[in-house]
Amino acid sequence: MMIPLKALVMKDLRIFFADQRAVIMSFVAPIVIGAFFGYIFGGNGGTTDASRISVLLVDQDASAISAALFTDLAGSPSLDVKKASADAAREAVRKGTASVAVEVPKDFGADAGRAFFRPGTKPEIAVLYDPSHSAEQMMVQGILTGSVMRVVSREMFSGATGQSVVKDSLAQIEQSQGLAAADKQTLRGLLQSVEQWNERAQASGASGASGGAGLSGGLTVPFEIHQEAVTSRTGVAYNGYAHSFGGMSVQFILFMGIDAGIGMLLQRQRGLWKRLRAAPLSRGLLLGSRAISAAVISMLILLVVFGAARVIFGVRIQGSMAGFLGVCVAFSLMTAAFGLLVAAMGKTPEATRGLATFATLILVMLGGAWVPSFVFPKWLQTVTMFVPTRWAMDGLDAMTWRGLGFADAVWPIAALLGSAVVFGGLAVSRFRWDAEG
Amino acid sequence: MLEVKDLRKSYGSHVAVDGVSFRIARGETLGLLGPNGAGKTTTVSTISGLLRADSGEVLIDGRALGGDTDPIKRKIGLVPQDLALFDELTAIDNLDFFAALYELDGAKLKSVAAEALELVGLAERAKDKVKSFSGGMKRRLNLAAALLHDPDILLLDEPTVGVDPQSRNAIFDNLETLKARGKTLLYTTHYMEEAERLCDRLVVIDHGKVIADDTLHGLYGLLPVTNVLSLELENSDFGAAMADFQALAGVKSAELTGNVLKVGVHHLSSDAPAILGWLAARGHLYSHVVSERPDLETVFLSLTGRSLRDS
Repeated sequence: MMIPLKALVMKDLRIFFADQRAVIMSFVAPIVIGAFFGYIFGGNGGTTDASRISVLLVDQDASAISAALFTDLAGSPSLDVKKASADAAREAVRKGTASVAVEVPKDFGADAGRAFFRPGTKPEIAVLYDPSHSAEQMMVQGILTGSVMRVVSREMFSGATGQSVVKDSLAQIEQSQGLAAADKQTLRGLLQSVEQWNERAQASGASGASGGAGLSGGLTVPFEIHQEAVTSRTGVAYNGYAHSFGGMSVQFILFMGIDAGIGMLLQRQRGLWKRLRAAPLSRGLLLGSRAISAAVISMLILLVVFGAARVIFGVRIQGSMAGFLGVCVAFSLMTAAFGLLVAAMGKTPEATRGLATFATLILVMLGGAWVPSFVFPKWLQTVTMFVPTRWAMDGLDAMTWRGLGFADAVWPIAALLGSAVVFGGLAVSRFRWDAEG
Repeated sequence: MLEVKDLRKSYGSHVAVDGVSFRIARGETLGLLGPNGAGKTTTVSTISGLLRADSGEVLIDGRALGGDTDPIKRKIGLVPQDLALFDELTAIDNLDFFAALYELDGAKLKSVAAEALELVGLAERAKDKVKSFSGGMKRRLNLAAALLHDPDILLLDEPTVGVDPQSRNAIFDNLETLKARGKTLLYTTHYMEEAERLCDRLVVIDHGKVIADDTLHGLYGLLPVTNVLSLELENSDFGAAMADFQALAGVKSAELTGNVLKVGVHHLSSDAPAILGWLAARGHLYSHVVSERPDLETVFLSLTGRSLRDS
C-alpha cells in the first residue's frame, strides 16, 4: 500500500509544482498581498506616514488663540495639520484628499474666553469630515477638545485676551441685578485673583516665572495617558505583518484547496479516475492520498510564507512553536478536507470553480483575514465562531504576535480538526464513485 | 478467461445494459461492436470494477470480482476511451506512476515502463511532457499505461478514437503483437474495419442487448448475399431490362443507380459468369466490374435495420 500511496502523493506534488500559475498564486501572492496589508495596518510596530490623519484648519479668527490652536494641533503625532481657506478645505474633504477640516470662526478667541468664565452662547467650531472616514472624525474631535481647553485656559490665565475678558466679566458682575450678594462676592474674588495672577505673569514677561507653572500653562486634562500595546512581551512591538501574512496564507491556501478539488473533477472528466480506480486500490487510499498531498502543499505554503515574513518583516513566532505548527497542521488538514468536499459536491470543474471561490471568499472574510472580526456586529461575531477560518486566524495570531502558549492553540486546533472531520465525512459520503466520465 | 453473465445496469429509467452475456477464451480477441450509446463502455466499466452492476456477474478465471482492492484486478488492464494521462508529466513519469499503482517499484518498475514505451514506439520521447504529444502518440501512451502490470486481459474501449490512419495502424500493430503474446483482448469499437482486422469473434450490441455473437464468417453467413457485383454500364437504357434481369437465376438482389448496377449473389464463382454472359448477350456492355464482400456495416444494417454510424 505504501508504494501506491507514495506514488499518488508525489504525483500530486509534481503536478502542483509543474503549474507555475499555481505556484505563484500559492506562494508569491500571499507574500505580496500580505506585505501590502501589513504595511497599511501599521507595519512592524511604528505608525506609518500614511496613518496620520490629514486635517485642514480654516482660521477665520486670526487671533492669538487660533494661532496657538493651530500650533497645538500640529504638535499631535496623529495629525497632519495644514491651513487652508474655507472653500479649499471643503473641496479637499469632498474630494477625499483631506479627512477632516476644522473651521475656527471669527472672534473665536474672545468668545471662547467669555464662555470660559460664564454661561451663555458658546462659539461654534465647524468640523467638516469625509463620511467614509467617520472614525477619524471622532478621533480629531477628541484631540481638538483637548487642544481648545489647553489653549483657551492658558490665554485666560496668562494672555492679553484673558486680561480683557476678566475685566469685562468683573464689570458685568458689578452690574448684574439677579446675582446674590454672596455669589457676587465669591465670583469677584475669583476673577480678581485671576486678574492679579495674569498681571504678575505679564509683568514677569514669562509664564510661570513666579513659580506657578501649573496655572500659567493653562488648564489641562487632569491626567496623562500612558499607551502600551500589549503584545507577547514587554518591549516586543506589535507586528502587523503577522496578522496580514496569516490572513493571506489562509486565503490562498483555501484557493489551493479548491484547485485540489477541481483537479479531482478534471481527473474524472479526463478519464484518469477510471484508470486509478481500475487498479486494486481502496477508495480510502485514493481520497486519502489526495488529502495528504493537499495538506503537504498547504503546510509548505504556510512555512514558506511565514518564513518570508520572518526574513523580510521580522515576524516571529512569539508564542508556542508547537502550537503554531499544530495550528498549521490542523488548518492544512481542514483545507485538504475542504478540497475533497469541493470534489464531492461539484459536478463540472467549470461550474464548481465559481461557486467554491465564492464560498472561500465568504469563509476568508468571516474569518477576519481581511479586516479583524471585532469590527463585525455582535451577532456576526457569534456566527464566525462556527467558521473554521476564524479559528485559523485566532490560532495564528495567538502563536505569532500575541505570543501565547500552547494552551491557547488547543481550541483553534480542535475546531480546525473538527471542521476537517465534518468536511471529510461529508466528502466521503457524497463522493460519486460510480459517475461516468 | 472472462465470462459476463446476464449483466444489467440502469441509470435511473435509462437501461444502459440489458442482460448482456458473453465469454472470451484465453488468447482470444473479442470485438464488442455497437453504435455510440449501445452500452459498450458501461459493459467495460462494469467488467473492470468501475461500476457496480444492478444484476448479473463478471467472472475472471471463474471467480467473481470482489471489492476495490481485489488482487484479481491485476489480471485486467484498462485502456479507457479518454486519454487518461497526466499532460503535465513526462511519458516516463506517467508510466512510472501507473506502474506504482500496482505495487511495482525500483528496477522492475523502470524495466516495465521502458518495455511498454518501446512496444508503442515512444522510447525516444520518454522524457517529453505528454502535452507536447500528438493525439496519436497520446493514444499509444494510453495503451502503454495499461500494459505495465502485465495483465492477462486487456479491455480496450475504443482505443483509436480521433487518431490519424498512421497512428491507428501503429496501434493495430501493437495489439497484434499483444495478441501474439497470448493476451486476451476485449475490443470495443464502432469502426467495422477495426473489428474485421483484429477480432476472432464479435459480439454485436445495440440498446444494451446482445443481438449477435459469432465469428466474422458466421456473421456473414447471416446475410442473404455473400458478394455484391458492381457494374458500370456503358449505356443508360438498362431500366427496361431490369425486370428480366431480376428474374435471372443467381440474382438475389439488383439495384440500378445511374449507370451503376449492383447485383447481390450467393455463389460468386457460378453466378457471376452467368450474369456477365447474360448482359453481354443482350448488348448491355460494361466498362468496369468490381466484386465486393459485404462488411459488418451491412451485417449491422441487416440485424437492426439501421446503419451503425447513424444509430
